[in-house]
Amino acid sequence: MENHSHEDHGHEHHGNFWTTYIFSEDHKVIAKQFLITGMAWALIGGLLSVLFRLQLGFPDANLSWLKPLLGGWLTADGKIDPEFYLALVTMHGTIMVFFVLTAGLSGTFSNFLIPLQIGARDMASGFMNMLSYWFFFLSSSIMFTSLFLSTGPAGGGWTIYPPLSALPQAISGSGLGMTLWLVSMAFFIVSSLLGSINYITTVINLRTVGMSFTKLPLTIWAFFFTAIIGVLSFPVLFAAVLLLIFDRGFGTSFYLSDIYIGGEALPNQGGSPILFQHLFWFLGHPEVYIVILPSLGITSEIISTNSRKPIFGYKAMVGSLLFIAILSFVVWAHHMFVTGMNPFLGSIFTLLTLIIAIPSAVKIFNYVTTMWRGNIRFTPAMLFSIGMVSYFLTGGITGLFVGNSAVDIQLHDTYFIVAHFHLVMGVAAFFGMFAGVYHWFPKMFGRMMNEKLGYIHFWLTFIGGYLIFFPMHYIGIAGFPRRYYTWTNFETFSGFTDLNLLVSIAAIVTFFTQFIFVFNFIYSIFRGKLAPANPWESNALEWTTPRFPGHGNWPGEIPTVYRWPYDYSKPGAKEDFIPQHIPYSETPESNLPHENELIKLEGMDATIHVEEKKHH
Amino acid sequence: MNMIIGLGVVLVIGILLMIFRIGRLMDVAKEKKEDNSWNNINAILLLIFMILGLGWFYYYSFKHFSSYDLPVASEHGVATDNLFWITMAITVVAFTVIFIAMFWFTYIYRYDKNRRAAFFADNHYLEIIWTAIPAIVLALLIIKGLRVWGDITGPASKDAYIIEMVGQQFAWTARYPGVKDRELGHQNYKLIDASNEFGLDLTDKNSFDDFKSLTLYLPKGKEVLLKIRAKDVIHSVFLPHFRVKMDAVPGMETQFKFTPTKTTEEMRTETGNANFNYEMACTELCGRGHFSMRFPVVVVEPDEYEKWMAAQESWLKQNPDYMKYVPDNLKDAAAIKAGLPINGIQATNSVSLK
Repeated sequence: MENHSHEDHGHEHHGNFWTTYIFSEDHKVIAKQFLITGMAWALIGGLLSVLFRLQLGFPDANLSWLKPLLGGWLTADGKIDPEFYLALVTMHGTIMVFFVLTAGLSGTFSNFLIPLQIGARDMASGFMNMLSYWFFFLSSSIMFTSLFLSTGPAGGGWTIYPPLSALPQAISGSGLGMTLWLVSMAFFIVSSLLGSINYITTVINLRTVGMSFTKLPLTIWAFFFTAIIGVLSFPVLFAAVLLLIFDRGFGTSFYLSDIYIGGEALPNQGGSPILFQHLFWFLGHPEVYIVILPSLGITSEIISTNSRKPIFGYKAMVGSLLFIAILSFVVWAHHMFVTGMNPFLGSIFTLLTLIIAIPSAVKIFNYVTTMWRGNIRFTPAMLFSIGMVSYFLTGGITGLFVGNSAVDIQLHDTYFIVAHFHLVMGVAAFFGMFAGVYHWFPKMFGRMMNEKLGYIHFWLTFIGGYLIFFPMHYIGIAGFPRRYYTWTNFETFSGFTDLNLLVSIAAIVTFFTQFIFVFNFIYSIFRGKLAPANPWESNALEWTTPRFPGHGNWPGEIPTVYRWPYDYSKPGAKEDFIPQHIPYSETPESNLPHENELIKLEGMDATIHVEEKKHH
Repeated sequence: MNMIIGLGVVLVIGILLMIFRIGRLMDVAKEKKEDNSWNNINAILLLIFMILGLGWFYYYSFKHFSSYDLPVASEHGVATDNLFWITMAITVVAFTVIFIAMFWFTYIYRYDKNRRAAFFADNHYLEIIWTAIPAIVLALLIIKGLRVWGDITGPASKDAYIIEMVGQQFAWTARYPGVKDRELGHQNYKLIDASNEFGLDLTDKNSFDDFKSLTLYLPKGKEVLLKIRAKDVIHSVFLPHFRVKMDAVPGMETQFKFTPTKTTEEMRTETGNANFNYEMACTELCGRGHFSMRFPVVVVEPDEYEKWMAAQESWLKQNPDYMKYVPDNLKDAAAIKAGLPINGIQATNSVSLK
């Protein structure tokens, strides 16, 4: 607690351009760096998906007009090369999962909101935080470079299962492209760990006076659990990556055994490709919660604020986050029901997996009940939060199919899976991210985003997202395998060209819709209306900072916190919101009986606070 | 041409920017106070979205049911399909109820400055109810699921027909045990060469009558045990109509047992498609030709299956050169089992000498 009592005089650290905007240790600047890098990656990842949707939706089209962009990756008759198609799919997945929805989402909002919402001057270690971004930047640069290799970027799927990813003779993407993928990922993990350790430490140690754990906004709870999941699971991916590097470069046989390829029997024996899958999914499954938990936190905050109502079941919301976080570590093998893993393990993982539906259902019910009898303001952030709940429901509920091993036999690796995870962790997480940007943009840049462009962006994206991913359920039930360049080789999979066309058109339109957001974002940074102090009439602490908070966030003392962040529409209160830093002694008209008791303690808090100050 | 398109795009973007600019200026000029109209529009749009979305979902799902509901042709497939549709019923009901509630609430509780939201922070009864209900429903799904899973993955019966599927970039091959011993011979990946694609170990007497097939023949109503291998990278056997899927993993044999219930002919009658064929696909990304690993599948009556089995030439008969790898004491047995003349080696040698 020492951080908020020292130096009460101006916290602006005036530096030069380089220390202010590039190698900044200010969590707010680092958050913006993550956000802008993440947005750039999202556009690249989206563009890649549009390219492979062209192949799937318009299999007969001549794409030679894409020659300037794709060059040698087009075949002579203007088609996307099948191997490049796989590279597109692989890089789309890698970019979206790791670079956009992990770094772009957690990196942005954990960084931005943790100190502001818990009442801290900055992260526990500003320097580590800066390193976290620059490792991410290094990792991004390496991954980006791999897109331009003559042998192409990695092409073995974002899950990089060996032996395919271990053997350059199996697919050209497993040459230098895969090497760069692995190196990039190693740096990415370093970045993620530096970030997560910082988030955990900051939440535990740097909360302002009065900000007990039970008064934390749900955003902070979500970021906190996300960081813990990351710290525990990313090192396992690091191990998996390292062993794969050994197999590729140093002739070890961790994942390789009994392989005959290219007219040659390889000497490797005794390894197991299944070992890699266990290691990969030990991160890979928690990873989907790393992606979705921040969105759940962000939307909890936004839905409560804009419903002008306390979040329903705060304790249940925290409890379900915790429960999901714990369960996320014991369900990984549901990705492996049909890999030949011992069927008994399949039973255990079915049981554990389906249990996750309970906390997830509780969250959805609580969201809906929060809106019940609310007074809902449909800001763009609120619309995206509602959209997030809608997608989380739509995509999450199909988890009951694929989490059940017997049903998964048929659905595994079909478009049903593609629909499931894109809805529940792809689009839902994206919507959480959009909601967060629209909601906290005024705090980030001191200006408002244009609301009407926000509405247009929401509606086109919301409908577009459903048009892209909902039809995939039908295609998947019909058995269409994923990662197929074309289905025309099979009679069984020859139908549904109409749905595939629809999906592709929706994907293209939705992709270009995002430029409305990009425009709104850039335009509003410079020309948006200046933001009022508390534009959404929110209770959380970040709105007590000045419009353009400097490094250190609060020019004077950090406010003391007296109440939870969800005192919206409290009976008796003058306004329909009472921010966290308003003591109960100032709101006798709306206090509940037990809160009147707390008034006595308020003085004590202040005494402690003063005494602490004396020590410095 | 490209120039014109480019110019068009620039023009359209320019016009959109102008509209945006004018809209903003008008907003500033109007100095509007507390305008709730956009809030209402969004609330109504959400309601319309819910109604149209659910309507389309139900309409399409019923109207086009037959085009995505693959006919099922295996015993366990009936059980997994059953579980699939039970899950579907539960999820569709839950989805519909929550969807309607959510978008109904966003509509009727849209902002009204004369109204105040309820201060309703928790209710333990409600929370216990909606924790307990999913828990009970899930328990039922889990119990039913695990039973079906247990049946599917349990040991195959002793008289199951064993067939080996081998995946490689980018083709499948099937190996059948010959009718003489009904057992697959050993194999070893180090013995694989251009002709010996299975890596058959000819020191094992069970390998002599094994034969290769480029169609997966299956007997109707008999249990089949697929032994699944891969030579190079991971592949996955997917038999959509039989609800069968199992990865082919290099260095590790996997298996899947199932009982086909409809012959190809019967399926042709059922689907009304005279050209219907069962197919096998690969469902684990394996490289450039992943999408092309089609393998034909034919289901016939058991007696026809036996006839087909008996009519197949053993691999060794097709590759008599490999007799040289058969240990001397087994050469006669090998020739008999493979269907070669007893002194087949000399015969072949003389042929090759010509």
